[in-house]
Amino acid sequence: MSPKQVAQSARSDHRRRFARTSLWFAAFLVSSCGSAFAQAVSGANLDTGDTAWLLTSSSLVLLMTPGLAMFYAGMVRSKNVLNTMMHSFTAIALISVLWAVCGYSLAFAPGSAVLGGLQWLGLAGVGPEPNPTYSATVPHAVFMVYQMMFAIITPALISGAIADRMKFSSYVIFIGAWSLIVYVPLAHMVWGDGGLLRNLGALDFAGGTVVHISSGVSALVLALLLGRRNKSFMEDMRPHNLPMTITGTGLLWFGWFGFNAGSAIGSNGLAGSAFVATHLAAAAAALTWMAIEWVKYRRPTALGLATGAVAGLVAVTPAAGFVTPLAALVIGAMVSFVSFAALRMKERFRYDDALDVFGVHGVGGAWGALATGLFASVSVNEAGANGLLMGGGAGLLVRQLAGVGVAVALAVAGTLLIALPLKAVLGLRVPSADEEAGLDLTQHGEAGYAGPSTGSANGAGAPDILASPDQPAKE
Amino acid sequence: MIKVEALIRPQKLDDVKAALAELGIRGMTVSEVRGAGKQKGFTQHYRGAEYTVNLIQKARVEVVVTDEDAAKVAQAIAQAARTGEIGDGKIFMVPVTEAIRIRTGEEGEVAIT
Repeated sequence: MSPKQVAQSARSDHRRRFARTSLWFAAFLVSSCGSAFAQAVSGANLDTGDTAWLLTSSSLVLLMTPGLAMFYAGMVRSKNVLNTMMHSFTAIALISVLWAVCGYSLAFAPGSAVLGGLQWLGLAGVGPEPNPTYSATVPHAVFMVYQMMFAIITPALISGAIADRMKFSSYVIFIGAWSLIVYVPLAHMVWGDGGLLRNLGALDFAGGTVVHISSGVSALVLALLLGRRNKSFMEDMRPHNLPMTITGTGLLWFGWFGFNAGSAIGSNGLAGSAFVATHLAAAAAALTWMAIEWVKYRRPTALGLATGAVAGLVAVTPAAGFVTPLAALVIGAMVSFVSFAALRMKERFRYDDALDVFGVHGVGGAWGALATGLFASVSVNEAGANGLLMGGGAGLLVRQLAGVGVAVALAVAGTLLIALPLKAVLGLRVPSADEEAGLDLTQHGEAGYAGPSTGSANGAGAPDILASPDQPAKE
Repeated sequence: MIKVEALIRPQKLDDVKAALAELGIRGMTVSEVRGAGKQKGFTQHYRGAEYTVNLIQKARVEVVVTDEDAAKVAQAIAQAARTGEIGDGKIFMVPVTEAIRIRTGEEGEVAIT
């Protein structure tokens, strides 16, 4: 097409979109004309560097979810490896669709203090022009897709707590409903225009509250509702493929730079500062976790190092754009002590948070939110505030505590609201015979590996001859 | 005929195979097995959860030989598999009442050579 044709097509595209918006929301006609004008003015400010970095960051954050799939899948028994990976990949598919249909609008369109409006349903008006409220120099569509990746990984994080036993159909319904009932309002309150916690002045740079506390706490509630996994005395419950878990950790670490440094919504000094803080916190946490195990169990484990790295990344998430490199080191080192202790709680209280989502994301995320109230400094980010240890008094810490409180309350209430009716109508758990045979076989009709599975009905693993084509293992 | 069944350290399998080859024995069955004897198991920690593993990996070598060869074969295996440490394994001698070569239908000692 000639440049002229391109311009024409862009204009008619814009007209179509405008017409659709007007048809659906005639009542908003006046306001959409107004915002179209604002977009036309700010379009001149579009920055290619910022846009390139946010597109890159969106890809990086998407990659975290396959990374999470590997991180989790390596820790389960091999009879459940595909089901565990499906949890994450289903979130990619389902939440992307929901986000475009209504999630983004309800989270970010102008609305009330707790929920966004309906102006951007079906991504109406979310196009190439920047929206100055969120991203003055980046196309609105790019900001939207960046936020989509956060919406995807958050419910996927929950899946670690319910591994090995949740009915797949109930899982799909749960994460879809959870995304709209818990994630969307919380994202609006923390980041949305006019959001409750944003106006309160609670700081959450990249989603410690929205992503990690909400998923961690919901994971605990869901694990309690589901009950403990059945395990026979002889069953080998050990992780079936830790190299997969370690590789997943690497992908998470890599993707987290998009998560945190991308949250600067620009290719600038703040992004660089958040990048450094993110990396240092992960490194300090991995090192600390390793040291704790070395002292306590005499051997540093690979799973421990990986767990520490993820906990460090979780903890620095709300703080990344507000703290100095040295503060990030302290935040990372401390989270390993906090999360390590949190992991021990599940033995004492007998709940089965299978892959420690609450201990790592819930507790680690809460520590990160509070640590932001201790270490945030306006010398790093003028848009932030000074924390308790930076001469800012207790004000920020109290606001951070309020942010954590709102996230916990919403996560608990929202999870119960979805899971209790779901439990009554459809049931949350697979029958125990199916649990024993493995969820890959019973939920998906597949096997992750051609050979024997760990944790299958025969304990050490059924010989694969039982699954040969002329002798189906199960009808 | 006697079946010599040796449970050995997996890392000694090559030495044992070489020793058997020196006696002219090529036919054998080898499998990976787990077992417990005097050798202590080990403890693993996964995020602090403790797993005690007391069934340790061994290789099982099964060779069926004539009565007169049996002692010689067992000795050769023992010599090749020995380190002197706990966990070297065991050898069992089991009488075999019949052997049949499936391809030809040959029976008895002809079938095991």
